[in-house]
Amino acid sequence: MPDVSPTSITLNGDPYPIHADLPLTALLERLNMRRSRVAVEINLQIVPKARYEETIVRAGDKVEIINFVGGG
Amino acid sequence: MQDTPFELGGLKFHSRLIVGTGKYRDFAETRAAVEASGAEIVTVAVRRVNITDRGRENLLDYLDPKRYQILPNTAGCFTADEAIRTCHLAREVGVGELVKLEVIGDNQTLFPDVAATIEAARVLVKEGFKVMPYVTDDPVTCLRLQEIGCVAVMPLAAPIGSGLGIRNPFNLAIIVEQAKVPVIVDAGVGTASDAAEAMEFGCDGVLMNTAIAGAKDPIAMARAMKLAVEAGRLAYLAGRIERKLYATASSPLTGLIR
Repeated sequence: MPDVSPTSITLNGDPYPIHADLPLTALLERLNMRRSRVAVEINLQIVPKARYEETIVRAGDKVEIINFVGGG
Repeated sequence: MQDTPFELGGLKFHSRLIVGTGKYRDFAETRAAVEASGAEIVTVAVRRVNITDRGRENLLDYLDPKRYQILPNTAGCFTADEAIRTCHLAREVGVGELVKLEVIGDNQTLFPDVAATIEAARVLVKEGFKVMPYVTDDPVTCLRLQEIGCVAVMPLAAPIGSGLGIRNPFNLAIIVEQAKVPVIVDAGVGTASDAAEAMEFGCDGVLMNTAIAGAKDPIAMARAMKLAVEAGRLAYLAGRIERKLYATASSPLTGLIR
């Protein structure tokens, strides 16, 4: 067991490691996602685009990031 | 003959064909088919982004939201709550308030759960969404959805992806007669004549995906559907002749050579 266990969030249903709390904008950047193409929900709450800068993703958060795909 | 614009939730369109973007080989083919169809409204699904494949292109890179009205759907939702949540997420992407509401009641037929559809529509209309519900071809359900404040009603022609064409033309005729909002036939169209038939009944538009994407040549079928919707609409406006049991001659009965 490492003495410092890595923290993680649940991202789209799967565990995703983060080393510390981080701004949502940093997470999107790390994932190479443009804000004009996605919508984000944290712990079932929609995050409005205007609040991306001030929103911090914390260990244990359940984060959903969606986009549009082909459909009928 | 000049047609009036197709008005939908305060927006005006020229094309009365709405196309889906599913089941294509790739985004390039999707775009080519949409272009050939002449559609101005395209449906899309709302799904989790693929975290592991980051270089992946985005559908909106191929279908510019400035050029096309993007119509997010709630496909795959089986409860009102799921559909409402999906609409909230879709709106946050930033392509407007228009949503295609579908709450599925049965996995095999993909027929709508009418009670859940009405429940979700009520909430979404109150929240300011412009709701276009996919429903059974039931005139009373269409009336209820219209009363709630949906901007259109979208009765199915036949099960999604079945290609069976209009299974219940007389119900559809009643729906059209009662409707104060646009009636858009959604699902079940198989080929061009089905789309033309829907328009000849006086429907305001047709929505399809599989009939185009599943054709051997999707681009050619997209164009066929564009022409069919236009032809059907024009025939409706032109006013067809009455059906008669016996013949009436087309050529003069006078001046015959005896």
